[in-house]
Amino acid sequence: MPEDRAAVQPSLEAKSPYELRVGLGKGVPETDVRSALASGDMGFLHSFTTGSTLDGPGVRVVAWTTGCMWRCLYCHNPDTWTLTNGVPVSVAEATEELRKYRHSLKIMSGGLTISGGEPLVQHRFVAKLFRTAHEMKVHTALDTNGYYGDRLSDAELEWIDLVLLDIKTWDLERHRKLTGMDNGPTLEFARRLAARRRPIWLRFVLVPDLTDAPEDIAQIARFAAGLGNVERVDVLPFHQMGRYKYERLGIAYALKDTLPPSAEAVERACAQFRAAGLTAY
Amino acid sequence: MASSAARDKDEAVEAAWRNFRSGIWRKQIDVRDFIQQNYEPYDGDESFLARATPRTQKIWTQLQALFVEERRKGVLDVSQIPSSITAHAPGYIDRANEIIVGLQTDAPLKRAIMPNGGWRMVESALETYGYKPEPHVVEIFTKHRKTHNDAVFDAYTEEVRRCRASHVLTGLPDAYGRGRIIGDYRRVALYGVDRLILRKQQEKATLDTAMSLDPIIRDREELAEQIRALGELKEMAAGYGFDISGPAQSAKEAVQWLYFGYLAGVKEQNGAAMSLGRTSTFLDIYFERDLAEGALSEVQAQEIVDDFVIKLRIVRFLRTPEYDALFAGDPTWVTESIGGMGDDGRSLVTKTSFRFLQTLSNLGPAPEPNLTIWYSPRLPDGFRRFAAKVAIDTSALQFESDETMRRVWGDDGAIACCVSPMRLGKQMQFFGARANLAKCLLYAINGGRDEISGEQLAPPTEPVKGDVLDFDDVLGKFESMMDWLAGVYVNAMNIIHCMHDKYAYERLEMALHDYAPQRTMAFGMAGLSVVADSLSAIQHAKVWVVRDETGLVTDYRTEGEFPCFGNNDNRVDHLAVWVVGIFMNKLRKYPTYRDAIHTQSILTITSNVVYGKATGSTPDGRRRGEPFAPGANPMHGRDSHGILASAASVAKIPYRDAADGISLTESLMPGGLGRVEEERIANLTAILDGFFGGTGYHMNVNVLNRETLLDAMEHPEKYPNLTIRVSGYAVNFVRLTREQQIEVIHRTFHGGGGHA
Repeated sequence: MPEDRAAVQPSLEAKSPYELRVGLGKGVPETDVRSALASGDMGFLHSFTTGSTLDGPGVRVVAWTTGCMWRCLYCHNPDTWTLTNGVPVSVAEATEELRKYRHSLKIMSGGLTISGGEPLVQHRFVAKLFRTAHEMKVHTALDTNGYYGDRLSDAELEWIDLVLLDIKTWDLERHRKLTGMDNGPTLEFARRLAARRRPIWLRFVLVPDLTDAPEDIAQIARFAAGLGNVERVDVLPFHQMGRYKYERLGIAYALKDTLPPSAEAVERACAQFRAAGLTAY
Repeated sequence: MASSAARDKDEAVEAAWRNFRSGIWRKQIDVRDFIQQNYEPYDGDESFLARATPRTQKIWTQLQALFVEERRKGVLDVSQIPSSITAHAPGYIDRANEIIVGLQTDAPLKRAIMPNGGWRMVESALETYGYKPEPHVVEIFTKHRKTHNDAVFDAYTEEVRRCRASHVLTGLPDAYGRGRIIGDYRRVALYGVDRLILRKQQEKATLDTAMSLDPIIRDREELAEQIRALGELKEMAAGYGFDISGPAQSAKEAVQWLYFGYLAGVKEQNGAAMSLGRTSTFLDIYFERDLAEGALSEVQAQEIVDDFVIKLRIVRFLRTPEYDALFAGDPTWVTESIGGMGDDGRSLVTKTSFRFLQTLSNLGPAPEPNLTIWYSPRLPDGFRRFAAKVAIDTSALQFESDETMRRVWGDDGAIACCVSPMRLGKQMQFFGARANLAKCLLYAINGGRDEISGEQLAPPTEPVKGDVLDFDDVLGKFESMMDWLAGVYVNAMNIIHCMHDKYAYERLEMALHDYAPQRTMAFGMAGLSVVADSLSAIQHAKVWVVRDETGLVTDYRTEGEFPCFGNNDNRVDHLAVWVVGIFMNKLRKYPTYRDAIHTQSILTITSNVVYGKATGSTPDGRRRGEPFAPGANPMHGRDSHGILASAASVAKIPYRDAADGISLTESLMPGGLGRVEEERIANLTAILDGFFGGTGYHMNVNVLNRETLLDAMEHPEKYPNLTIRVSGYAVNFVRLTREQQIEVIHRTFHGGGGHA
């Protein structure tokens, strides 16, 4: 696991959630972290924003959790990897904040999206927050890599209206190289969602030389189309917005010279998904 | 003989009004009633619209060359004939091919001098652009004719002068035309000028029985001037070969008559904002009639609108570089209000509302005319979506709450300038720039001394003691200081508008109002978010003062966190609400010239930079000289939870305490609104529905492309909320490092998104 050198950057002000944020959870005792994770009454958030249009349908409130077990080479949020680099927030506080937007989210056909990090690292907290959102009649979406999908019970899945599922790549070896983990649990979660008829928006990040092998894309497209519950596919072109974070955090960044894919390459990938009968953007 | 002429005239009127549904509008000057009886709401989409004709393109291309020359020289040409409605011979762009005619002077983009507002301003502008003021003009305006500017300074108090010099009051219209008055130019088309003159004569006659004291004498003189101006309007139109004594007979004539009315206004006045009103749905009635009669095709209808808009785009005034710096460029605020709902529940959107928006595509985007959507979630889907599409494509639209404004001002109002609503033909305002409330707060802390000069500006009060600011102590001092400032401010405004009425009266614009219109006195404040955040810092964190050797507090050191305005956090949002309400109440305490109703705006346009320059460091951590946020915007960089949170904070400011408008500027990236056009349109419509379905008042929607991003790199203060979304993650463009900005610009360019 790469060393988190957050502690050496104490002078950095965290006045915006869009900035690199470090040391946010400093001073929270280890035992509190454990009990928060166990009960789910408390979670750790990197930031939240309002007015997002790219994290599910309509105009949404998005909360980014901290903590992720994967180390995707192209990750643009390395400051969300460590759980304790988040602001401790109780379910009650988060609910109160969400309540402010409840009415406008309804007008805007939007809802709440929890993204990360990997939200299911804090699955109890996430489930509780989704439950209160669901009870408020706010549409809910989970942006996840699906690896910990089995942590959610069938009952909890009912509180999640949409899963934004990231499939990073198909080939197992490449997947391990890319993320450090297997994609088996992700695919298993996708099948479970299909069986329970919970809708999926598939997210696929297109990285030149890493995830752009046509045979891999074709396999993902075939798998996704076969599920029957994938409503759309978002092909997300790789970008370099996260590069400076690696530099600042002193973490090695394998993709520092990788260029974003061309518009043609993105369109080709979309076409592959469409050829399988999926809606892709 | 006379009776036969009268009969001919009646017949001409009946011909002009053929097929119009009758109503009270026939008996009285009542354009609203005419609209309500006759307009046809349109709830379809934009598919009927026509493109620019080759003729339109040719005229527009001819002007492009002149625009280039104008940008190079600053002004294309100047006429030193002091402007009036009839001072200049007719002018044309391309006489044979113009559909709607009329220019301010005898040639396009040639600027006239309008010295009634102030000679110094004219002289300085002439010299800036390399013209020598002509001796006989100099003599007239320095020896024989007193100007508004001279008169104001005769009557200013010492205190007003001091406040002006220190910039705690800035931008007062004491050296230039006040503007923000909208003639109901539609009346010219519907009734013809003779009928309007008759009405003015009747109004004047009603005063004959009243005792001649100041107010009555003034009213009689003004009415006489109005009648004279209407005569000149006819004369000016006759110069172009049109007899506008009677009503317009066709759509083309209606546009021409209306434009002549507006043109007379901008020949006579160089107002800070010379707005057009709410003309599209009125004109639509004429277009619909001509289309039904087979006299016009859609292509021709659009061509008339395009030609009209070309004229509105080339309105020019001769102004000084300082003026341009205050208002960032050379704006004229030819604001046209479009859309809105009627009191009876029908939408006021017509096909001509679409035709006006179509000009942004036919002629390309432009800041003028300032197309303003009176937005309601109840407007038809087709129009809301089209307006959102146009906003995304051009960043040239602003949106204002029809729901809020209609509740107060009815369904025939229009915006003057940016956010100032008024009932057309029945209401005018005395424009009053703004008070710098951030500076006022610093005066409170310093016992009335200016934080930059150290001069005792306000009557001496007890300055703060000790090293740490106490919230209740500062609040009390601030309230007293606001009380003082409000008094000086009202005093200044009373003088300015008395003299403007006397020496630079808007004869023609006021001739297109009912007698004794409702008058508002539109005060304003700058620095709202600076003040709110400063008070929040004092309340929630620890603010240490730094004094110079004279004991003047010149800087602050803040320890700890405090909530900032723009994050939908009541702990600070309520401080902003408090400031707006309390300052409004202070203003209301002082009587106004002509019993005008006190209002206030939270609007800075672009002068937030100038205000910031003149203001010392503030307790919120803003450094001396740094710009304020524009209008009611949260301070740049401090609203960190997205557009809904930032808009929600601003929407808390109660309209009743800021009835002249609350301005919010939001900037969005096209990609930040959704991945495909259809989604972007739906999402922007949703954001507008949410904001205006609640208490949101105004939103400037910037949806920006590459050029704008480059500008944002150089002027980050102009783009506080420029949000870009990158695969599930949001960034605020101006907070990125330069390298990242370049990266984004590269990517956007590479993606080839956006329009040409």
